[in-house]
Amino acid sequence: MNDIAIEFKDVEKSFVREDGDRQVILDKVNFTIPAGKTTVIAGGSGQGKSVTLKLVLGLMQADSGQIFVAGRESTNSRGRELEELRSHFGVLFQGSALFDSLTVFENVALPLRERTQKTESEIRAQVLSTLEQLELLGHEEKFPAQLSGGMRKRAGLARALQLKPEIMLFDEPTTGLDPVMTQEIYHLFARTQKQIGYTSIIVSHDIPKVFNLADQVIVLYKGGMDIFTSPEAIQWSQKTHIKEFVKTTMGEIYQSHLVEQ
Amino acid sequence: MQQNSIARLGNTGLYVVNDLGRMGLYLLQAVQGCFKRPFRFAEFLRQLHFIGVGSLVVIFFTAASTGMVLGLQGYYSLHKFGAEGMLGSAVSLTLIMEMGPVLTALMVAGRAGSAMCAEIGIMRISEQIDALDCMAVDPFRYLISPKFLAALVSVPLLTALFDVVGIAGGYVAGVKLMGVNSGSYLEGMRTSVTNHDIWLGVVKSFVFGLLVVWICTSRGYFVHQIRGAGFGAQSVSKVTTQAVVLSSISVLIFDYLLTAVLL
Repeated sequence: MNDIAIEFKDVEKSFVREDGDRQVILDKVNFTIPAGKTTVIAGGSGQGKSVTLKLVLGLMQADSGQIFVAGRESTNSRGRELEELRSHFGVLFQGSALFDSLTVFENVALPLRERTQKTESEIRAQVLSTLEQLELLGHEEKFPAQLSGGMRKRAGLARALQLKPEIMLFDEPTTGLDPVMTQEIYHLFARTQKQIGYTSIIVSHDIPKVFNLADQVIVLYKGGMDIFTSPEAIQWSQKTHIKEFVKTTMGEIYQSHLVEQ
Repeated sequence: MQQNSIARLGNTGLYVVNDLGRMGLYLLQAVQGCFKRPFRFAEFLRQLHFIGVGSLVVIFFTAASTGMVLGLQGYYSLHKFGAEGMLGSAVSLTLIMEMGPVLTALMVAGRAGSAMCAEIGIMRISEQIDALDCMAVDPFRYLISPKFLAALVSVPLLTALFDVVGIAGGYVAGVKLMGVNSGSYLEGMRTSVTNHDIWLGVVKSFVFGLLVVWICTSRGYFVHQIRGAGFGAQSVSKVTTQAVVLSSISVLIFDYLLTAVLL
């Protein structure tokens, strides 16, 4: 197995605004995401967190540079190549992105029905087993609009896990959840990662809670980025923008579980 | 100032070219999606019911009203020349070649096209289409192509129904109310309507059905990329209006072009 799940080499991405001005989101960004570990991508609004995810998934094309997934170049992939690339990924979207006209069961079963040759009884067994693990059993006939925010996230996670992804991407997974539910969702991520062994990439501004999960933190700022291997390293950073980021998101007093131990 | 205006004009030109290219590729992918396996037959039937059966009432009333008005107006005009016997051919030719395809397409655009645009637009802004992409499920095969096929089947059928109901409406107004001879109404229709006229109506209804489903679904699909549409619910409402207006105008323009080429 490749030790590096994803690699960005000199990746540039910018947008042309309606007034014709160009806004640089990623300016020759380089980083690697180790396989089987958890990487958190943090940064303020509009710094390119979601753009980075979309570039990884091929939902957007980079202006220049190269992106590698599991050692294979994925930059500008199209058609079958892109489909093959995406088969490595599971994604939990910010708003869960459940199909609102389908029930929870149908939502979770969708990737199995569309992408595998499994029979309906096999699909039913697998879906119900996942729903049970994620404490959603009994809610399978409900529509997404009838679920609470936390249940929708779990249903989204159940759907994303159906095809046993190698890489899971979480886009702002705890937005709109209360602190207890947030903690619960993070525990769930850690548990499922332990079971399946996927590489986890979490885009979040839920600082510092998400740091407890992280093996690596990438902070995006004004087109550039900084990589930290522990929450402490971020707090000790002497860079002005990182200091500012720490101050606004964590305050001065945060210590991770590592320090507490 | 002048330079700014030129730059804006250039930007708009580039946007239009880009939008047309995007629409062209969209059509290509939607057509390809129709041939990809597994075929979503249940979804196709659901869309057929939504576009076809769901539009029956509005098509029936529009056709009856149009046919009856044509019957009365036609009688009024033809009576001046003592040519009431031509009423059957006038009503049927107008309906089959012109009013049937155009009004059916406009009604479908207003009723089903707007709904399809809003549905896909909401799926786009709530990342449901991105979710399909990320699951490596082709959104065209899964979502768009069944709508295309359903529209291409149901719009010509609705047009045929429109023609029949319209001609019956013309019969009621002309024969039953104004006293035109029943035999001359039916015989006039039989002798004047040729296979070519019916074929023209069928071609038009097929093309209009394609235009409506193409424009309406693509506006929803590209809701996040349409300039000036804004964001969120407002963007969906704006592109839905835009979809109905654009598809209606396209139907009217193509109506002239097809008539000029095929008549």
